[in-house]
Amino acid sequence: MSTPTVSHVEGAIGQSPKRIEDDRFIRGKGNYVDDVQLPGMLFMSIYRSPFAHATINSIDTSRAMAMPGVLACITGKDLEAHGLAWMPTLAGDTQAVLATDKVRFQGQEVVAIIAKTQPQAEDALEGIDVDYDPLPVIIDPKHAMDADAPVVRTDLEGKTDNHIFTWESGDADATDRAFEGADIVISLDTLYPRIHPAPMETCGCVSDYNTATGKMTVHLTSQAPHAHRTLFALVAGLPEHKIRIISPDVGGGFGNKVPIYPGYVVATAASLLIGKPVKWIESRSENLISTGFARDYHMSGELAATKDGKMLGLRATVLADHGAFNAQAAPSKWPAGFFNIATGSYDMPAAYCKVDAVYTNKAPGGVAYRCSFRVTEAAYLIERLVDNLAHKTGIDAAELRKMNFIQPEQFPYKSPMGWEYDSGDYDKAMDIALELVDYKALRKEQAEKRERGEVMGIGFSSFTEIVGAGMSKICDIAGLAMIDSAELRIHPTGKGVLKLGVQSQGQGHETTFAQIVANELGIPSTDIVVEHGDTDHTPYGLGTYASRSTPTGGAATAIVARKLREKGRQIAAHMLECAPDDLEFDSGTFTVKGSPDRTKTIQECIFKAYQSELPEGMENGFEDVTYYDAPEMTYPFGTYICVVDIDKGTGAVTVRKFVAVDDCGTRINPMIVDGQIHGGLTQGFGTAMMELISFDEDGNCFGSNFMDYLIPTAVESPHWTLGECVTPSPHHPIGAKGIGESPTVGSPQAIVNAVVDALTPYGITNIDMPLSSHKVWKALRDAGVADE
Amino acid sequence: MSGKMAITTTVNGEEHEVLVEPRMLLVNMIRESLHETGTHIGCDTSSCGACTVLLDGRPVKSCTILAVQANGREITTVEGLETADGLHPVQEGFKEEHGLQCGYCTPGMMMTSVALLAENPDPSEDDIRKAISGNLCRCTGYVNIVKAVQYAAKKQQGVTA
Repeated sequence: MSTPTVSHVEGAIGQSPKRIEDDRFIRGKGNYVDDVQLPGMLFMSIYRSPFAHATINSIDTSRAMAMPGVLACITGKDLEAHGLAWMPTLAGDTQAVLATDKVRFQGQEVVAIIAKTQPQAEDALEGIDVDYDPLPVIIDPKHAMDADAPVVRTDLEGKTDNHIFTWESGDADATDRAFEGADIVISLDTLYPRIHPAPMETCGCVSDYNTATGKMTVHLTSQAPHAHRTLFALVAGLPEHKIRIISPDVGGGFGNKVPIYPGYVVATAASLLIGKPVKWIESRSENLISTGFARDYHMSGELAATKDGKMLGLRATVLADHGAFNAQAAPSKWPAGFFNIATGSYDMPAAYCKVDAVYTNKAPGGVAYRCSFRVTEAAYLIERLVDNLAHKTGIDAAELRKMNFIQPEQFPYKSPMGWEYDSGDYDKAMDIALELVDYKALRKEQAEKRERGEVMGIGFSSFTEIVGAGMSKICDIAGLAMIDSAELRIHPTGKGVLKLGVQSQGQGHETTFAQIVANELGIPSTDIVVEHGDTDHTPYGLGTYASRSTPTGGAATAIVARKLREKGRQIAAHMLECAPDDLEFDSGTFTVKGSPDRTKTIQECIFKAYQSELPEGMENGFEDVTYYDAPEMTYPFGTYICVVDIDKGTGAVTVRKFVAVDDCGTRINPMIVDGQIHGGLTQGFGTAMMELISFDEDGNCFGSNFMDYLIPTAVESPHWTLGECVTPSPHHPIGAKGIGESPTVGSPQAIVNAVVDALTPYGITNIDMPLSSHKVWKALRDAGVADE
Repeated sequence: MSGKMAITTTVNGEEHEVLVEPRMLLVNMIRESLHETGTHIGCDTSSCGACTVLLDGRPVKSCTILAVQANGREITTVEGLETADGLHPVQEGFKEEHGLQCGYCTPGMMMTSVALLAENPDPSEDDIRKAISGNLCRCTGYVNIVKAVQYAAKKQQGVTA
């Protein structure tokens, strides 16, 4: 398909201009939802269930109502009268907005309080009296399908168990045959634990109903404002043209701000009923205990291979804990997301996976935390299995991978579970990584250290991602095709505005998308202002998550700029009195072939577009819009190598070195790409080392604040050594694949593999995340290592 | 809760008389009474540092200080960093070194950095990492934040970056 235009104009692709958006952020002039202060604005707090499972006998709000400043206490019964007590989830389930019959997880929303000030709304939480009958809880998903397990979803008619779905992919029989012929089968039971995206800004909204116009404006922490507008229309019954979602500056999303949360719905309903703006901003605890968690996949994987290390097949079964409501975010036809990318970077003839999902008395979620719908869990499983296969066969972990990599000439590569990989050069990424880390020297050092009883490990991850959803024929959310859009309008003086269906939570779209225009249209990137996040002023799109902005919105931007470049060409030909095909275009200038002095700049063409005497039949103006439906997904990849040192006495793991070689195809702004990789690697480090949402046997949530839910600080975060590999996507207009999520998808298993590699001499073949010192210490003690 | 207290506080060089509830947190006074919303709230437990401001030149987490404690004292917030001479070197450093992404932690992170450089004009990387360890960033991985502070240190010392 088309290849990227090569441009030398200021800010074109491949350059690293500083970020446009930073000018406001460094001055404290960002505009986040909590910064919205409107005249007459009221405040909402939410009373939440202290129990993980209980019947609600009665709710008495009279004491709260008598407290200063309290205007309303909204219960599920109140919402029921408006048909709003329950709402659909993105996964096709229902979720209680405010509990009516029962509470089903600790922290579930029960009563919303509207008051004149935020402190008054919070004070009144003490005045809510709910009479509960606690019920037995189901916390361990492994017992969720036991005959005597408490049934979570008694609200669903005829529901007698906790089963949500069973999803299969691949060929079970062919996989069985592959396993029968195998010399070696590596098995691994592992938990990818429940974690939380925990963006620095929590979720919230300011809903502002205009009683005169009937228009509802919702300032929303939203990664997908257009899709949310449609869902608001479908859920609340508001006419869609009278809903405006403004997702202003968003303080990090990472998948946490994809779902619609009960707080948004109640605040909006309250504004509609009261006729005043209502602000609801989560506390950190509310964010961690009730909004979209991630992962929580109990995985059993088996990898079949010959004794020489040739992979023959993969079998994976997963028990997915979705909590009390199935509120995960994934395309409708993909209940377990893209978990069936699990064969990763390896060419093997057969594979099969099966995912069973169950309800438990835990918060709902299963969001794609900085990843493309369960690719993270899949990439973790295969990479852990491959390292264990290396240990079993004695084949070097790098060599084993290279023996099994899909080769460059095999692309487009059809995977055994049905995906068509666009492009890749896995050996190249591996070779760059091996050189950067000085692999031979490391293995020599490791051997010497082992002689001395020191504990050092080297771990690999050669992941393949699947991003850019993408492909409307297989990907929709709530029936909405996963397309995206760009509208480009250039004013007479050659400066203009690009409006996007996607939305930024820190990715730098205002800089990078202007660079795409600069590249294709030949005007400096600083002459383009990028608008996004306001549904009244941008074309429709499905939003920013799953690394889809560049693959979809970026493609739309390149295409719309090319459309306008062609209009410019027609105008230039008209002015130069030549045929359009006689013109060459380079960095913003049309030149008549063979006549270097006969030129028109794109700016001259644009100005002409607003004058009279245009080419026959051409309309005035210089603007267009493109909706892009990706023909295929994109498949970023890379090799990460992690080196750890472990203190045998304390179990403390130190990541000494981490080399990350990413291939995301064309890099628009290398500075921003590196920044995305740094951030994603650090989140992956947090996952591997410290982050965990857990529960006690009664369903009390541990990890409900930043003192218990640890995220990396500057002190323990490692240094990252980055390498680069560029294999453009053949089907994307500028060859870009998307980068935001590769490092989070690829890095945890490199760290775990390094730790397991270090512990292999002690017979340890697995240790589940997070790798706390205690867990490693205990593994060593269980293996017989004595205190020194 | 009634019985508001009148306090006088200087914020970014401008004196304000403010009526506050005794229990009001400093961060709420800054954001809601003075409408300076550059100072953010991230955690409620003084773990994240998004609300960091300078109180008489020292970095404090303004979610852990009562507004009344600022009576008669000077506060500097992110909005007070830029002067008629231009951006503060720390602001410049964060932009030049790509030390921010979503921008939410950035004001607090910059205030802590400003305080560090006032005390230690030539910090080592370890000094910087320790100084900002009470400020959480979920986007950047800190590498470029360290570079941003180093950039500012050089700039303040008159060295061409």
